[in-house]
Amino acid sequence: MKDLLNRYGPVLTSIFILLTAFWLLALVILPNIYLFENSFRPYLPIAEVGGPNDTYSFDNYLKFFESPIHIRVFIWTILYSSIVTVICFIIAYPLAYYLAKVADLKLVPTLFLLLFIPLWVSEILRSFAWFIILSLKGPLNFGLIGLGIIEDPIRWMTGFRSVMIGLVYTYVLFMLFPVYNAVQSLDTNQIEASEDLGAPWWRTHWRVILPHCKPGIASGSVTVFMLSAGSILVPTLLASTNSRWFTEIIQQWMFESQDWNTGSAYAFLLLIICTVFVSLVMRIFKVKLSDIAK
Amino acid sequence: MKQTRKSDWLFHTYMVLFLAYMLLPLVVMGGAAFNDSRFPSVYPWVGWTDRWFVELWADARMWNAFRNTIYVALAVVAISVPIGTAAAILVNSIAGTTRSVLYGLMIAPILTPGAVIGISTLLFWNTLSVPAGLHLAVLGQVSYIAAFVMLLVLARLQSFDRGLEEAALDLGASHMQVMRRILLPHLYPAIGAGAAIGFFQSIENFNVTLFTRGTYDTLTVYVFSKVRSGITPTINALALILISVTLVCAIIYEVRRRRAARAERMLLAKG
Repeated sequence: MKDLLNRYGPVLTSIFILLTAFWLLALVILPNIYLFENSFRPYLPIAEVGGPNDTYSFDNYLKFFESPIHIRVFIWTILYSSIVTVICFIIAYPLAYYLAKVADLKLVPTLFLLLFIPLWVSEILRSFAWFIILSLKGPLNFGLIGLGIIEDPIRWMTGFRSVMIGLVYTYVLFMLFPVYNAVQSLDTNQIEASEDLGAPWWRTHWRVILPHCKPGIASGSVTVFMLSAGSILVPTLLASTNSRWFTEIIQQWMFESQDWNTGSAYAFLLLIICTVFVSLVMRIFKVKLSDIAK
Repeated sequence: MKQTRKSDWLFHTYMVLFLAYMLLPLVVMGGAAFNDSRFPSVYPWVGWTDRWFVELWADARMWNAFRNTIYVALAVVAISVPIGTAAAILVNSIAGTTRSVLYGLMIAPILTPGAVIGISTLLFWNTLSVPAGLHLAVLGQVSYIAAFVMLLVLARLQSFDRGLEEAALDLGASHMQVMRRILLPHLYPAIGAGAAIGFFQSIENFNVTLFTRGTYDTLTVYVFSKVRSGITPTINALALILISVTLVCAIIYEVRRRRAARAERMLLAKG
């Protein structure tokens, strides 16, 4: 703090502190405290807010634990988001390795540019693209029938199949970039040393490259899981009646029932599961928070 | 020097397949904008048409949403860039537990689902009697976009030579001059990147906006409601335009990068 005053003087230092304080207090901490506080209060007509009925209770959370459907949707959301995270890693890792260590150096910026294009196209349009592709009379069925692989069109949008296809497509790049950064920072000599010493390729990956990539994998996993579990667009566009996502239930409380208190309780549950996931990943991969957010 | 291996063609094939996987859906979506069929698809191909573009152009609601999106994005950049920069300078000049706690709080919004940010912003400002609307969407988005700016500026600060500041102060520069002439010029690349990322993130944002927007439309919300109420290929027309803009920006960037790289090589060859 003293250092800051010496360098930038009292005026600039107070501006820095004020701006940061506004951000952290008014935009991060207080809203979350209010979310937490509101989740324990009943949903009342405006006239009764602050009245004798406005007492703290676990009622909003009990609504969740007393509803087998909501619990099931919650578990589905966690389960399928985890599967999506794993699939994204399996797809992204060879690519990250290729881009960092195999591909022609002159080609890499162009490849990245091509990869950035879908990233700049918004999430809703990316899931909309799959909505078209996967529709019963869509190009995918047409192509598969044309190739003679299937005879009758497949109903893709049933169960969680289409949701997972959409989520993987939408978020795989968020796994690729951090893992690429991690592979890239590994000295190629280490890979060569491992090979010269006679390690088969899979052992080089398992013992040399993957351990080095842990922060990147952790970062990518956290991002993909959080985005998947919190996704609203992909499930809305690609889910069917037998596959619901937890965010859809939050939306129901917020917009259809107009019950913001129960909505905030459910949102808080979503926040908890993401926090648990982050700390689990940090423990499994033995990385720090500063390694994850880069 | 990289050696070529037998397994390389496998990797090349995989890369090409992945690019196809990433880009073909966008081609399909863009292509459907020209198909004269009520339901957006490239098959069956009914015939070429430009009527979806005409319909899109005539849609007042779309233009309104477009304007709102730009306003929100500009406001988000204008607020989150100073905040992110200030926070990075602050967190860079302290150490120990305070630093870890502050840093943790700053990156928490990145790890929070957008729906949670949206609902908590709505609840908090609502208790202060601030109704939902575009201004709340801005505040909600700033809470996590400022974190991106902070991370970029913080990374840039690592390569800053603090001796320069000391030298300037010793030579009699004021604190303001040090800031404007020495620190900020060093940070400009990161600030610029932060502004660009913030702008794109804001345009793309849906989850935070959905809960905080009140009755206002932004482009993503507009597309969302269109998709829900009745899909027409006007959305494909809009998508194609957005993709084309992206593509043009990407090509300009690539051409400039190549030119810069060539200029650098020439300089090296001469020197």
